Amino acid sequence: MTNHPEFLEHPGNAALLAGRQGEYLLPSAMPVQLITADGTAHTGGKYKQNYPLPDAATLLEGYGQLVLGRRINEQAGALVRQGRMAVYPSSFGQEACQAAAYMALRRNDWLFGTYRDTVAIMGRGVLPMEVFESLRGDWHSGFDPYQYNTALPATSLATQLPHAVGVAHAAKLRGEDTVVLALCGDGATSEGDFHVALNFAAVFHVPVVFLIQNNQYAISVPLIHQSVAPSLAHKAIGYGMPGERVDGNDLAALLSVLGSAVERARNGGGPALVEAHTYRMESHTNADDATRYRSSEEVAQWAPKDPLLRLKKYLHDAGHLGSAEAERFAVAADAVAKTLRDGMNTQSTPEPLDMFRFVYSEPTPQLREQSSLLAAELAAAQEGSVS
Amino acid sequence: MTAMAVNHAELAGVQQLTFAKALTLAMSDSMAADASVIVFGEDVGTLGGVFRVTDGLQARFGEERCFDTPLAESGIVGMATGMAINGMRPVVELQFDAFAFPGFEQIVSHVAKMGNRTRGNIRLPLVIRIPYAGGIGGVEHHCDSSEGYYVHTPGLTVLTPSTVEDAYVLLRDSISSPDPVVFMEPKKLYFSKATLDLDALRARYTPASERGGANAVPSSIGHAAVVRAGTDATLIAYGPSVAPALAAAETAATEGRSLQVIDVRSLVPFDDETICAAVRSTGRAVVIAEAPGFASMAAEIAARIQERCFHSLAAPVLRVTGFDIPYPAPKLEQHYLPGVDRILDAVDKLQWEES
Ligand SMILES: Cc1ncc(C[n+]2csc(CCOP(=O)(O)OP(=O)(O)O)c2C)c(N)n1
Ligand SMILES: [Mg+2]
Repeated sequence: MTNHPEFLEHPGNAALLAGRQGEYLLPSAMPVQLITADGTAHTGGKYKQNYPLPDAATLLEGYGQLVLGRRINEQAGALVRQGRMAVYPSSFGQEACQAAAYMALRRNDWLFGTYRDTVAIMGRGVLPMEVFESLRGDWHSGFDPYQYNTALPATSLATQLPHAVGVAHAAKLRGEDTVVLALCGDGATSEGDFHVALNFAAVFHVPVVFLIQNNQYAISVPLIHQSVAPSLAHKAIGYGMPGERVDGNDLAALLSVLGSAVERARNGGGPALVEAHTYRMESHTNADDATRYRSSEEVAQWAPKDPLLRLKKYLHDAGHLGSAEAERFAVAADAVAKTLRDGMNTQSTPEPLDMFRFVYSEPTPQLREQSSLLAAELAAAQEGSVS
Repeated sequence: MTAMAVNHAELAGVQQLTFAKALTLAMSDSMAADASVIVFGEDVGTLGGVFRVTDGLQARFGEERCFDTPLAESGIVGMATGMAINGMRPVVELQFDAFAFPGFEQIVSHVAKMGNRTRGNIRLPLVIRIPYAGGIGGVEHHCDSSEGYYVHTPGLTVLTPSTVEDAYVLLRDSISSPDPVVFMEPKKLYFSKATLDLDALRARYTPASERGGANAVPSSIGHAAVVRAGTDATLIAYGPSVAPALAAAETAATEGRSLQVIDVRSLVPFDDETICAAVRSTGRAVVIAEAPGFASMAAEIAARIQERCFHSLAAPVLRVTGFDIPYPAPKLEQHYLPGVDRILDAVDKLQWEES
């Protein structure tokens, strides 16, 4: 068990400790699931645990977000095929994780995501073209992280996780109630910074919730080559924080599990690790060919577990999703898709001299010199093309 | 132990200080002036650091502002990055040069790139203190001159003091800098001493609101210092190599040769102006550094002088550096370190025949 004094003193943790009889940091035996793949809600039992089903309004809103996320993934895929953008790491099939990540947070919380989390980042309010600017190749970023309390997507695996701990630590020292949600993939759990971040988070008892989207693959490498732990959520106990497993295609379960982890962190209960079981339905990126390392039968097995299908069926059967709502969600999603199409079809010309402007607060004498050199080259080229 | 800790706040006026204590005072004064300045690393809390550079900070400012971390340099730098994103000004200690390397990815991929990546939206006002270089008879991994890795990484400011006064000034300027600073502390200088007027030094950092219209003293960042005047040749050194350069100049003077000595201080940004003016005035230059010379800071300095001062040069720019070998064992380091004799031999080779 964890020995952190703040952990032991926290009333919520005391309850947790009592409830799990010493095994309270371990994940439940089966991934938490509230709505089955065929759209039926569990009323109790080993899948549900004590997690409540979110109310109908939340699930309906969540379904709208899934529709939007799916549309973004489809549109981005099309833009890649048309050569409008070089690369897109798709979250097709993982939309429930994406939606839950931002739905679990408040405006002043922070989200740290990866290259695969475009949809989650847009969910924080980042404008579609601000997210896609880096994918278009204009700059390594397209938005101001402070405007959305959302970090730029990380591409160096797991390196964003210690930053998440630092942001949470600073907030804790100032007595703010900010929670930080830090995302990573299953493969990234093998990196040193995953270990470092979880250990620091637990030792400093800071409000970070780590969410692993276990989509079964790191590019071509299946999880069995990353880890032979009973589950990735089991790693939590080694750091002295609770771990939980959840069906990553069940938005209801994700909202409930993440919601309670976030609330606990906000109330001073410390960090937690959540592992979501999902599947990357498409190749790693458009540049990858998944048929080289996995069978179409395997992919086909995941199709009926789709996050949209089950929630749609559940909401429809319960009478919450009428044709008016479905229409409203589709129209909203189409509007975002159109913004992306229009944006990516617009010519963009990044300013070359910007390369020197931001390296330091004030360009060094050396950078000023190099900037002038390029400016002169550009001016000469301009003159050449005019004459 | 805490009862014995020096009360930094009461240290004032003219004082004899060690290099290490000047660093402590720089942190202490910065922490007193700005509540967002925090100090963390390995053994920096209760112990006060293996070199005692953070001695007394935890006692004075509490465990929230000066604390020990788990042993993971990427965690120290990575958490500092997150704290700097969220309004803090962390000053972190990485215990020894070669033990900074687990934090290297965070430094290179995030600390250095964040400002540029975010188009200046996120600036990281953090200081990474690294004790470095040899001359202390240290075991393996405790004597590396690792500045080359940092100076090669765009986005980092890299400073290294060689005097007690600069230990204070350069560290305070680093803590005030809006950009991340890798602060390299020559560990053989920690116990060197000098007498400083602390009131005068502190006055340089009086906030604008309390200065009564007087101008702020400009930052030392980007500024080399001419530490000895001379007319025949220029010795260019930094950190642990300034002392042997000065000693060489002293010896040369007795032999009738007047050597100018430059302390580079700010490796990045580099002070081309001061250094080129100095070299043009003498027409000869020797660059001195402990790090292996191949593709090094010394190589960069020699190249820049050659590019900019060619027509003022009477001889090729020479370098006296460490050999291109891993830092040797304690009984061999005397043969490795650039010393007075090797520096003077290089000076002798600067084609004097025509003068
Ligand atoms: C430090 C580092 N090593 C290697 C890579 C190259 N790389 C990019 S994504 C990836 C697989 C990551 O898999 P996982 O963490 O499961 O995330 P997923 O892509 O499945 O979302 C690899 C190896 C990288 N980005 N960073
Ligand atoms: Mg994966």
